Amino acid sequence: MSTNNVDTKRRRFLVNSTSVVAAVGAGFVAVPFLSSWMPSERAKNAGAPVEVDISKLEEGRMMIVEWQSKPVWIVKRSAKTLADLVSLDSTLRDPSSENIDQQPEYAQNENRSIKPEISVLVGICTHLGCSPTFRPEIGPADLGADWIGGFFCPCHSSKFDLAGRVYQGVPAPTNLVVPPHQYLSDNIIVIGEDGEAA
Amino acid sequence: MGNLMAWIDARFPATKMWNEHLAEYYAPKNFNFWYFFGSLALMVLVIQIISGIFLTMHYKPDGAMAFASVEYIMRDVPYGWLIRYIHSTGATAFFVVVYLHMLRGLMYGSYKKPRELIWLFGMFIYLALMAEAFMGYLLPWGQMSYWGAQVIISLFSAIPVIGDDLTLWIRGDFVIGDATLNRFFALHVIALPFVLVFLVVAHILALHEVGSNNPDGVEIKKIKDANGIPLDGIPFHPYYSVKDIVGVVVFLFFFAAVLFYAPDGGGYMLEYANFIASDPLKTPEHIAPVWYFTPFYAILRAVPDKLMGVGAMGGAIVVLFFLPWIDRCKTKSIRYRSGLFKANLIMFCVSFVVLGWLAMQPVTETITFMSRLFSILYFAYFVVLFVTSKNENTKPVPDRVTS
Repeated sequence: MSTNNVDTKRRRFLVNSTSVVAAVGAGFVAVPFLSSWMPSERAKNAGAPVEVDISKLEEGRMMIVEWQSKPVWIVKRSAKTLADLVSLDSTLRDPSSENIDQQPEYAQNENRSIKPEISVLVGICTHLGCSPTFRPEIGPADLGADWIGGFFCPCHSSKFDLAGRVYQGVPAPTNLVVPPHQYLSDNIIVIGEDGEAA
Repeated sequence: MGNLMAWIDARFPATKMWNEHLAEYYAPKNFNFWYFFGSLALMVLVIQIISGIFLTMHYKPDGAMAFASVEYIMRDVPYGWLIRYIHSTGATAFFVVVYLHMLRGLMYGSYKKPRELIWLFGMFIYLALMAEAFMGYLLPWGQMSYWGAQVIISLFSAIPVIGDDLTLWIRGDFVIGDATLNRFFALHVIALPFVLVFLVVAHILALHEVGSNNPDGVEIKKIKDANGIPLDGIPFHPYYSVKDIVGVVVFLFFFAAVLFYAPDGGGYMLEYANFIASDPLKTPEHIAPVWYFTPFYAILRAVPDKLMGVGAMGGAIVVLFFLPWIDRCKTKSIRYRSGLFKANLIMFCVSFVVLGWLAMQPVTETITFMSRLFSILYFAYFVVLFVTSKNENTKPVPDRVTS
């Protein structure tokens, strides 16, 4: 092919403009494929609120219910435990729940709960998503004499107290999540729904 | 026969390719034991593809059926147990040969100029292989599959701002579920194998362009005979094709021994918790990754901060990509490098193995302390190498290969 009489400027303009248009086109083509990875309508519709009856929950015990396929813990704490929790404040990252993403407004108090004795928490570690173990005993050998009960994550040894507040010096960055919930009556909790009056 | 080949060669470069890559590809004549692992890795890839294709014929990538379909393969499909154990043993074998292949590169400086791209393609193969292994491990849908994937996907949530949306996008649901399993299946059996094969081709093409390194780190192309053939080179076929067959036979002894006598690898290849169906409400008491990920997992566990921990773990892999530029020594082979380099490399290998062991232990204060110590030693390899390699006290390199 002869290179004489070739308008190189015009050729370069055509090559560049076609490339740009093609790149934009490729971007548009990518949208449906990438979007197809987002949760489907079916997945979004699952995860309806769950009603739980806590009348049989004894003091110092925990029950686990499933909400949006996640474990949700409900713990009934004694008056002594609630008093002890305050003493932990200096060893915690966020003792007064200042990170507002981790609990609804009505649970942003010293017990992180609506009723002081009943704690409702999503049982998923804020580090890498394992489900921590409920360790209510006082001063077990593996957790040290200072342990006054809480949650221990077996995956990467993050520690939380019985209000789901994270200790300092562990990998988990934030407190456990308190899910939206409300009381229908004294013993019936709905998880996944905020109360009207909050 | 000759006529047939001529007919084909006029239409497709069959003889040309055969000569370029086998019969007239001149490899240094001093290859040793360490040079088996490249061809072995290629063979394991073939084993994985063939056994994998047959597994897909019986497996169901469905959250409700996956666990049972694997049990069905193990119990009811004729020789299903064998095909599955070939595939699971193959995964371990793949990492064994790839780690030894990479160590060979570290020892003989095979990543250095002019082979930087071979090293980079190799690192991308390693990355793709880790992704492939990770996604494959989700498919049996047992407890370890589920919680292992939960942890690894959650690693992305450490990324500031976009982290949470990114994990949601990867999972396709608010937790790991059917959507995640189904897409990991697609990536595991179609997307990543394509990527792997493409990268392997690029790795070999780049190798055959510049020519193989050797235990002396001598460039054999510098000294050629009258016909332009390197004096220290021998044709890959038949010399090394035959040598590699010996390696294959010995390798298959070991492979068969594991396959028939210890297919679960004592719980390190197929973890016991994975014989329990996945339960989103309960994490197993003790969770550890499969052995080939453990060194990086130990680094993750050593750092008491989410973002920094994930960063350190990622950094431990990323830093390997930069090795050709971190090591500034002109001498390639460990044979002619300083005692400091040898000590440094030994320390690096020890750190890697010890970290791997530490990650399998339940966390105690001693284990955490040791994990931190050896994580630092792991990274120290690269720091020491960068600082000392420029003016390293090396021995003279011969012009021709030795023995």
